Amino acid sequence: MTASADTMKPPRTEVGVLGWLKKNLFSTWYDALLTVGSVGFVAVVLYGVTNWALNTARWGVVTTNIKVFMVGRYPYDQIWRVWASVGLFVVMAVVTLVIRKLANPRARRAVTIAWVVVLLLTLGLLKGVGETIIPSVPVAIWSGLMLTLTLGIIGIVASFPIGIGLALGRRSSLPVIKVFCTTYIEVIRGVPLITVLFMAMLMLPLFLPPSLRLDNVLRAMVGMTLFSAAYVAENVRGGLQAIPKGQYEAGRAVGLNEALVMGLIVLPQALRAMIPAIVGQFISLYKDTTLVVMVGLLDLLGIAKAVTGQTEWIGLQKEVFAFAGVIYFITCSVMSYASRRLEKQLGVGER
Amino acid sequence: MENERHEASDGQDMIVCREVHKWFGDFHVLRGINLIVKKGEVVVICGPSGSGKSTLIRTINRLEEHQQGDIFVDGIELTHDIRNVHAIRQEIGMVFQHFNLFPHLTALQNVTLAPIYVRRWSKDKAEGVARQLLERVGIPEQADKHPGQLSGGQQQRVAIARALAMQPKIMFFDEPTSALDPEMIKEVLDVMIELAKAGMTMIVVTHEMGFAREVSNRIIFFDEGNIVEQAPPDKFFTHAKEERTKLFLSQILTQ
Repeated sequence: MTASADTMKPPRTEVGVLGWLKKNLFSTWYDALLTVGSVGFVAVVLYGVTNWALNTARWGVVTTNIKVFMVGRYPYDQIWRVWASVGLFVVMAVVTLVIRKLANPRARRAVTIAWVVVLLLTLGLLKGVGETIIPSVPVAIWSGLMLTLTLGIIGIVASFPIGIGLALGRRSSLPVIKVFCTTYIEVIRGVPLITVLFMAMLMLPLFLPPSLRLDNVLRAMVGMTLFSAAYVAENVRGGLQAIPKGQYEAGRAVGLNEALVMGLIVLPQALRAMIPAIVGQFISLYKDTTLVVMVGLLDLLGIAKAVTGQTEWIGLQKEVFAFAGVIYFITCSVMSYASRRLEKQLGVGER
Repeated sequence: MENERHEASDGQDMIVCREVHKWFGDFHVLRGINLIVKKGEVVVICGPSGSGKSTLIRTINRLEEHQQGDIFVDGIELTHDIRNVHAIRQEIGMVFQHFNLFPHLTALQNVTLAPIYVRRWSKDKAEGVARQLLERVGIPEQADKHPGQLSGGQQQRVAIARALAMQPKIMFFDEPTSALDPEMIKEVLDVMIELAKAGMTMIVVTHEMGFAREVSNRIIFFDEGNIVEQAPPDKFFTHAKEERTKLFLSQILTQ
């Protein structure tokens, strides 16, 4: 056969920028109308927002108070500790990205352990260990973005394993464990977070021995973690149910015991399938940290509200809340971006 | 039970079932099975669907539980003791109709998983053995692919390699070619024929009568939860005694 038929170029209106425009934006008269209308609308909104942001808005309220937004009441002479923690996280993030590329399983495990160590290290660093070396900064006065991130990260890290445990417990063949986990999950899911937070504030001290007095930030942390764990558990359970019976049978048939079947075959597949749902739950947990304002803590939003109350910045709520909104947006976007990356990375060869 | 005598029956008993009964709810699936499989014997089980033939082999490695009767595998009694169950499962390699490969692992990892975690082999040793096995089933070049990237026939061959990796003394095949496209059936049967000729003890639930004729020592016809008839292949196809067997054969051989 001749090759000339293959090498003919398609009509110019079908390809390139023009072709794309014609196909997607102007293929019919009402498409064209919609396109022009939407572009006009977007332009008006963009103009309004930019004009406000660049000309009308007085960003002084944000720039002057930036430290307050970030670390709240954390003593300013100790701020190097916050910077050091941020530095540690950045280093760990870079190391993780590099190691992921190398794809050596042993190195990956080391990185996971290193993350846990770094997390504990930064907590110790921020809180202080031993009065003489690093003076203590009581968790009770943590506030601002630092409190938001601490609550979010601790909540996520702690609620994930608890959630998996609850999900497995709910499927247990031992009635006591099953009933306990099911009741826990259903009760927590039937109650608003704010109720759980108030309960944590008021009830935890009643259950714990007097020697173990948790301050209010820790109590909020416990409340958020226990709340989120119930939702993670339901997500994980959904993932577990999607795994066909044949996978369990194949695992048993090659001689694996039940724990290994769960840990090596079922859970990895279930968690992989549930990444979007679980990350969604984590993002919602992160945003829900704003509710701690109701129990008297000053997270980023609480600080924002306090700042608008300062007499010299009266009437500048827009600037302050726009700034807080942008920060929430950025942090949440990072999380969902990471989730998509993770899905892609783990999705190799999925059926 | 009247035991048919044939050339492989001088070995030791690998599988002994005595009066095995099983019910699914009220449904009586296995109705007093008596079966002895000798070392090195290749037994083909055929019969209409729902007759309990898959359930029988699934019962022998405790994927299903029997309610009455005794089962021994290589001298180990199948009891509720989890150690016995694990010991028996390690003696038996199982190949499923729908392959049941682990989709999140590569072909090689599918094969090495159990040796590493159950036999506690080093990763190097397990991978060495796994590569040899993938070579033996004819797909060494697919080692690093995931099951989703392989054809049905290739997946089933990985599944056979996975079962062999635990160095079982017995292999069970539960309709290994039923889920395959016709052009892939032969590549799987060839692997099974090679295994049978190498002296592996095998129980194969299948309707592949060509395979049964070529390598089996004995064919068992199963119906309504019991063994209706068993005979070496030459006798089975030409001199079936029972009406039900003849009817089944006439249906399956004209297809």
